[in-house]
Amino acid sequence: MHVPDGFFDAPTSVATGLIAAGAVGFSLQRANREIRETGPALAGLTAAFVFAVQMVNFPVGAGTSGHLLGGALAAALVGPWSAVLVMSTVLLVQGLLFADGGLTALGTNITLMGLITVLVGYFVIRTVLQVLPKRVGSVVPATTLGALVSVPVAALAFTGLYAIGGAVDIPLGKLATAMVGWHILVGLGEAVITAAVLSAVVATRPDLVYAARHLQPDLVLVDADGNSSTVSPDRPIAAKPTGRTLGVGIAATLLVAGVVSLFASAHPDGLEFVGARLGFDGAAKDSAVAGSPLADYGVSGIGNAQVSGALAGIIGVLVTIAVGLTIAKVASLRSSRADKAA
Amino acid sequence: MTGSAGDGLLVVADSRIHRLPAQVKIVALFVFVLAVVSTPAGVFWAFALYGALLVWCVVLAKLPPLVVMRRLAVETPFVVFALVLPFVATGPRVEVLGVSLSQSGVLGSWNVLAKGTLGVVAAIVLSATTGPRALLAGLERLRLPSTLVAILSFMVRYLSVVSDDLQRMRIARESRGYRGGRAGHLKAIAGGVGALFVRSFERGERVHLAMQSRGYTGRMPLLSESGAARVQWVEGLAISLAAVVIAVTARVVGL
Repeated sequence: MHVPDGFFDAPTSVATGLIAAGAVGFSLQRANREIRETGPALAGLTAAFVFAVQMVNFPVGAGTSGHLLGGALAAALVGPWSAVLVMSTVLLVQGLLFADGGLTALGTNITLMGLITVLVGYFVIRTVLQVLPKRVGSVVPATTLGALVSVPVAALAFTGLYAIGGAVDIPLGKLATAMVGWHILVGLGEAVITAAVLSAVVATRPDLVYAARHLQPDLVLVDADGNSSTVSPDRPIAAKPTGRTLGVGIAATLLVAGVVSLFASAHPDGLEFVGARLGFDGAAKDSAVAGSPLADYGVSGIGNAQVSGALAGIIGVLVTIAVGLTIAKVASLRSSRADKAA
Repeated sequence: MTGSAGDGLLVVADSRIHRLPAQVKIVALFVFVLAVVSTPAGVFWAFALYGALLVWCVVLAKLPPLVVMRRLAVETPFVVFALVLPFVATGPRVEVLGVSLSQSGVLGSWNVLAKGTLGVVAAIVLSATTGPRALLAGLERLRLPSTLVAILSFMVRYLSVVSDDLQRMRIARESRGYRGGRAGHLKAIAGGVGALFVRSFERGERVHLAMQSRGYTGRMPLLSESGAARVQWVEGLAISLAAVVIAVTARVVGL
């Protein structure tokens, strides 16, 4: 189904080229964080997998066989944006390395087979998953339907492109009927193969299926006392502290810093002690902030050494909390912005 | 497919075209195909000249004609489409051997066949004279986003590994009696493909961890050291520029 050169007129080819370039750029941006985390090797191997799978002939029944296009399958396995990249990579390699699909038609091919099948497939998957029970297994029927729908939609898009930039006038109704009719059959084959492949993956490594990630069953944690609690695998296990636990934590820390430090040993710590014994304590230069009001864990201007130490501890804890919260705030702002941008 | 899947259609030989930098060849191919596509279908002499230019390229590149012919098979679905066109297209009709054909359909059929074939042959010249690594270096030189080049390079590098994996699984499956062809075997084949995905995915994870343990920081080393010399650009683009001249002449002069 790779469109060759000259099938569509130049303006159509240029337009679809721009669409494809835009889609690839957008997907690169959206998948950027994921690719930085998992590395380009993973995406490259997924592309090699899709390429290899397109060479496998499946028996579809009645003595015929078909092969997979893989748009909906890739969307379910690695997510829509990575899938667009993977499919585009496959088409680029097919066009440049195997002379399959014209170079001026590369944009058309990416738009039809890399963009439309993936996005339509993923849209159907997400929609169907809303209806089906919240189980990992639901991803198989959802993706099957996605595969079934994505192929005729791509054929319809092909007809649309032909209406805009086809070289010859053929009755569009006839072309659309023929293309969609034929590709419903192709889509049926695609659906059967996709279902079989995806259920094999779900059976062995359900955690790898992108579209089923939020469907993973809740983890049940049992602590030492036998109390069990459930945790969603989506969320990081360390739950966000509530206001009350945060308050208790700060109070405890202040207590330790301010009160317990009153009873802390006035002796030098181990390293200072050994340094003094060996005679190199002079080598330890005071830090640049040695002149600061809190230097050497005391508040300057307060005579009582113990009260001074306790105050220094409390102020230190408060400053640390403030700095920590600021950093956390900035980090979460940045990551949520990155989330939005990604 | 002969040889290792990761090599594409490369025909190992030493020729002027083999020695050209890949980025020059990619641009030359693109310009050539663009010239072909924008030529009106009715100007037959232009297509004859394009064909002659391409034949000259094939000879220059020392490509066996049989390899080129065999590779043309990728066009088949659209040849079928092109052959159906004269029967279904609308417009004034002509009688050929007693069969009523659409005039625009015949021209359209010729249009698809001629342009498609020229495009495929031109692409075969590129892929048969350029190794995958050189091609990636060329794409990098042409400012393809580095992430995409990295993905492409891993795909090309592991293509033969994944294909071999698939081959071994096929042998294992067939030695258990699943020879394919019957719908009942679908499950066995699909199970193999599912396992292939898991294997590829896990290999990708291992490769990434291995890269990180060797100091990968998110930047791939550049594939190409130096750009193409001006002489090489001129040499590589000569044929494409000839094609552009033909295309412009065809537009101006017509038949």
